[in-house]
Amino acid sequence: MGMTMTQKILAKHAGLESVVEGQLIRAKLDMVLGNDITSPVAINEFNKNGFTGVFDKSKISLVMDHFTPNKDIKAAIQCQQCRGFAEKYDIDNFYDVGNVGIEHALLPEKGLVIPGDCVIGADSHTCTYGALGAFSTGVGSTDMAAGMATGEAWFKVPGAIKFNLTGKLGKWVSGKDVILHIIGMIGVDGALYQSMEFSGEGLKNLTMDDRLCMANMAIEAGAKNGIFEVDEVTEAYVKGRTDRAFEVFKADEDAQYNRVIDIDLSTVKSTVSFPHLPENTKTIDEAEALKIKIDQVVIGSCTNGRYSDLETAAAVVKGKKVAKGVRAIVIPATQQIYLDALRNGLLEIFVEAGMVVSAPTCGPCLGGHMGILAPHERAVSTTNRNFVGRMGDTTSEVYLASPAIAAASALTGYISDVQEG
Amino acid sequence: MKAHGTVHKYGDNVDTDVIIPARYLNTSDHKELASHCMEDIDKEFVRNVKEGDIMVANMNFGCGSSREHAPIAIKASGIGCVIASTFARIFYRNAINIGLPILECDEAAKDIDAGNEVEIDFDTGVITNVTKGKTYQAQPFPEFIKEIINKGGLLNSLKK
Repeated sequence: MGMTMTQKILAKHAGLESVVEGQLIRAKLDMVLGNDITSPVAINEFNKNGFTGVFDKSKISLVMDHFTPNKDIKAAIQCQQCRGFAEKYDIDNFYDVGNVGIEHALLPEKGLVIPGDCVIGADSHTCTYGALGAFSTGVGSTDMAAGMATGEAWFKVPGAIKFNLTGKLGKWVSGKDVILHIIGMIGVDGALYQSMEFSGEGLKNLTMDDRLCMANMAIEAGAKNGIFEVDEVTEAYVKGRTDRAFEVFKADEDAQYNRVIDIDLSTVKSTVSFPHLPENTKTIDEAEALKIKIDQVVIGSCTNGRYSDLETAAAVVKGKKVAKGVRAIVIPATQQIYLDALRNGLLEIFVEAGMVVSAPTCGPCLGGHMGILAPHERAVSTTNRNFVGRMGDTTSEVYLASPAIAAASALTGYISDVQEG
Repeated sequence: MKAHGTVHKYGDNVDTDVIIPARYLNTSDHKELASHCMEDIDKEFVRNVKEGDIMVANMNFGCGSSREHAPIAIKASGIGCVIASTFARIFYRNAINIGLPILECDEAAKDIDAGNEVEIDFDTGVITNVTKGKTYQAQPFPEFIKEIINKGGLLNSLKK
């Protein structure tokens, strides 16, 4: 029986000719990732269980991105613990303040994940790397500890939903709108235990940043992973970032899918997810008509803190001012993105518009720091979750949107579409 | 192995942000995490929960973040088992890996009410609602997963 892209990668890493949906396997890992919140729990488990070595110091990434620069003493102690572990085991890919970026923007940028890899990360948005044609999925800290010790993880082979993409996105419409549209269609458990596999002739019209954003939010539909077929866009992105040869896995012609969904990209509109679930979507014209007044805008995160996201936001706010009463926070996802935005004048545009630019951090996305909401406040955010209390007080509200919509809303003070001219 | 306790009942899509809000993730201390468990959807939970109690919810329990702090907080608060119609997949594997018993059973999840007294036999997967005098059959774990649980979690199972 034919296999999906995901099944082929898993079979290869399990040393098997083929696998079928539901099969339990042990697979070899190309990368094991943790951050400053999840790694301490993994390190405790690693030590408690008497492990004394890591499987491969070049295949572990520890990224201090969540509560950094440290927001309080406890957060500082957690980073201190990770730093000690990284030193003890001479971990190659330890990223701390000064070279750190948000993990899921950083690893692809550094070429640490390439097509065909099998990756686990103790962070649910590890599914981001599927954009590169890798199998990558979020796990917990115990899985991370086991992965660091043995270089393997157990998986139940998933079935898949195939998304057949056609057409081309309209102006100001991005990968964020496509994935919010899909989550609105299939629901927050619509892809539970399954892969979301993206292919079709429309793929060539999606940039790598669009794809990274879409794969990033596969978890918000309950998926085990999101994965894109490798094409010229992927190859151009990976070129120069790695010396490792990579293998491209295409789905078999006769692969079985639990569902096939056709998406014509030209029909997707800018989309906003209303509180308190990512599936509560409205198109921007429906949302705009409700005249929802906002207090804060966040442009950043592992979902939308990449260069093209900042470029879009800058194009919207250039020469204009943020509305009175709105606090607008821009967070470049990595030091490289920060530097590029600085050199190309984007940061100047943001500051002149009355926005604040932060160092790379996950910060406000998960209600950590750098932009917490007070009771009953509302934010338009380019992040990935709008659960109760996600960004602050339990009565605050988060509206998920693209960088274009977030920037446009910052200018009007209401959830708004981009005003041309 | 059996569990027996009073039920704390929740709805669909209980996410890990409400199980343990990120503002408390600056620690990995189990008791401290437990002291904030479910705080953002049920402020009374921490006060009311007793050792051995059962948590019951509907669809997609534990969705969102991969934080293992969520099953840790539930386990450390004394909960003996979580029953749900479905679990989000990362929560599911985290619970198995740390030894928090969980069962998927749509019928039980829908029928059991808050405050019911429930008994669970993990060997047979039979859930007994003592209050209502009803029984429900949960899906038993595959052998592979039973082995992880029987050996006391993933890391113990890896020891030679």
